[in-house]
Amino acid sequence: MSKSILIKSGRIIDPSSDIDEITDLLIVDGKIAKVGLLDLENPPSEVYNAEGMIVTPGFIDIHCHLREPGEEYKETIETGTKSAAAGGFTTVCAMPNTNPPIDTRSIVDFVKNKALTEGVVRVLPIGCVTKKSHGRELSEMSELADAGVIGFSDDGKPVSDANIMRQALAYSASLGLPIINHCEVPELADGASMNEGWVATRLGLKGMPNTAEEAMVARDISLSELTGGRIHLAHISTAGTLDMVRDAKERGINVTCEVTPHHLTLTDEAVLSIGDGNTSFDALTPHAYNTTAKVNPPLRNITDMSVMARGIKDGTIDFIATDHAPHSSVDKVCTFQEAAFGISVLETALGSVLSLYHNSKLDLTTIIKKLTSDPAEFLGSNLGTLKVGRPADVTVFDLDEDWKVDTSLFLSKGKNTPLDGATLTGKVKATFYSGENVYRSK
Amino acid sequence: MTLETTARQTFSQQNILDLDSFTSQDITYVLDNTLAMEQVLDREIRKVPALRGKTVVTLFYESSTRTRVSFEQAAKILSADVINVTSGGSSSKKGESLYNTALTIQAMQADIIIVRHPHSGAPHFLARQLEAKVINAGDGTHAHPTQSLLDLYTIRKNIGTIEGKKIVIVGDILYSRVARSNLWGLTKMGARVVICGPQTLIPNDFLNGHRTEEGHPFAGVEVQTDLDAALKDADVIMTLRLQLERQKAGHLPSLREYSQTYGLNARRLAMAKDGALVMHPGPMNEGVEIETDIAHGTQSVIEEQVKSGVAVRMSLLYSMAASQNLEI
Repeated sequence: MSKSILIKSGRIIDPSSDIDEITDLLIVDGKIAKVGLLDLENPPSEVYNAEGMIVTPGFIDIHCHLREPGEEYKETIETGTKSAAAGGFTTVCAMPNTNPPIDTRSIVDFVKNKALTEGVVRVLPIGCVTKKSHGRELSEMSELADAGVIGFSDDGKPVSDANIMRQALAYSASLGLPIINHCEVPELADGASMNEGWVATRLGLKGMPNTAEEAMVARDISLSELTGGRIHLAHISTAGTLDMVRDAKERGINVTCEVTPHHLTLTDEAVLSIGDGNTSFDALTPHAYNTTAKVNPPLRNITDMSVMARGIKDGTIDFIATDHAPHSSVDKVCTFQEAAFGISVLETALGSVLSLYHNSKLDLTTIIKKLTSDPAEFLGSNLGTLKVGRPADVTVFDLDEDWKVDTSLFLSKGKNTPLDGATLTGKVKATFYSGENVYRSK
Repeated sequence: MTLETTARQTFSQQNILDLDSFTSQDITYVLDNTLAMEQVLDREIRKVPALRGKTVVTLFYESSTRTRVSFEQAAKILSADVINVTSGGSSSKKGESLYNTALTIQAMQADIIIVRHPHSGAPHFLARQLEAKVINAGDGTHAHPTQSLLDLYTIRKNIGTIEGKKIVIVGDILYSRVARSNLWGLTKMGARVVICGPQTLIPNDFLNGHRTEEGHPFAGVEVQTDLDAALKDADVIMTLRLQLERQKAGHLPSLREYSQTYGLNARRLAMAKDGALVMHPGPMNEGVEIETDIAHGTQSVIEEQVKSGVAVRMSLLYSMAASQNLEI
């Protein structure tokens, strides 16, 4: 007996098939069966009334940290995927900076098996570029590719050695998989805990200049041109990077990049926690040195932040990725210098990026495209679409619902976000993964 | 006592984290009361009941005998019970987090915590976590408000006023918490501030056309890399301690070259106004940032800075107590 679900009367937006209309969506046996008004003589076993809601393909996150194995006190595959489902994500790519890192087939298998038994959405592992991410010898990339990784990254740190990067790009080229680099020249970021600039100066914190990112972006683009390998720039944060990527794409270089919701919507002033009506010139309060805003790459200034939306609009930025980086309170309830880098993003991602729709910076279809069909294209997968026969990964959200972020309600173990207490507009109502309803908001 | 009790309402600081939150009236209030505190120090019985029954904890994660003792003496003269916690003698060496140490101190029912910590923002962290009032005794490369207050006091005492005076701060601006607090304190009091040092030791956003935004608090601060030019018409020269590790970190070719280009000597001092004040927050590297004969010369008020430290800190503690309507 087949299982059917009808998602009724929602506004279906599927950028992959140019659909934007109020209609029904039928799921049968975990696959998309029909988009359009349903033949009522075959009533489905389950109906979800999506009237007034937006219905889209399930979101895909190319960049998140699930922390398992090794740092289960921060997050597990179970809690991370539940958090993903609550954020509307049905596919998440897990970064390999675990302990042990994902640099052998056995660890890839461990992550995949855990995801199958304990996860609630699809988990696609990313493998290390170098053994143990030490930056010295290439990992066994061919075997990792066989095991099912979707790319290679030493994320958390850059591939610092230019020759190793060259070899990695050349070696992975024949596998067709990207090298995902966290671009940061270590010498320019040593001891730094935030963006270089006025805010860091007044706080007496060492800053990372934009150049720390841009110098390595320039190197990687050049190495990609040299080798023909696929370079993907993780979480870009500066206007200079954007210009270089735009230029490289025009020259036909095999480069892609992503941006996070926080680099699209927040600046380094978040570290100050200035109240409403105050500026970065006003007196600091005890709320300054907000460790939840400590992230790498750091939140930049208003100029850098503002150009990111433009980068999405003109296609320079390929997709939005969360860089979900959950931490426990002991990693964050400390001085700013001691605090871990990272923000718990999955459950606020949609609300954050929809602010760009609500303040007319981006149109809705573009935002959905950057969360669905564009990351799917990066993966070379059949996901991120509502085409008939594809896996029934579907997200339903309310575009206009105001909600207050309350980290105590997060499904993620990571409560570390500067958005705690903030009001976002746009809320995930239900998430279906392969036809299963894996999340429904209360 | 001849304290400025009428000015009570004007001092509104709950915690003393930095001078950025001080109004010029707050600063004036503390400096005025410092004068009265100096008189207390000259009395035969040096005891005032302002903080009787209050517990003050000094929590020092960096060694600094001078600052800690100065605070301890100030609190004791004001009749507080003082508990000294230093990182060497506490659990911090056993890996106890600042948060847990703070909770322990909270359990002691401390009223005021005076903290020095190598990390910028540690006092803000404590102020966020604890009910006790927090005084910043130096945090990382961020701020050292009580040093700045005693510098302001020393300037005012010697040349009468701060407003309109040309103050040159020389040296490692990038890493100096004293310079940062003095930038706030001096600009709020209307001084003409010049910072001077090699470009490697000046924050980048003081250079390259930054600070042009409307309302920037340091828009009027001048930057000079040539000390001879900076010293012209200076009323006060504040030299900063040069940490010896700056050379290793690549900021400087050598201490010798630094001394030649930025060291204060007799030839350079002659370029400033006649009788210009020479200051240094200590401890000095004599022969590097300042020559010995200048450090101990007639224009030096460096020893006076140290001496006024106790009175300034008494005044500050008193001001905090007064703002909570405590008896004095």
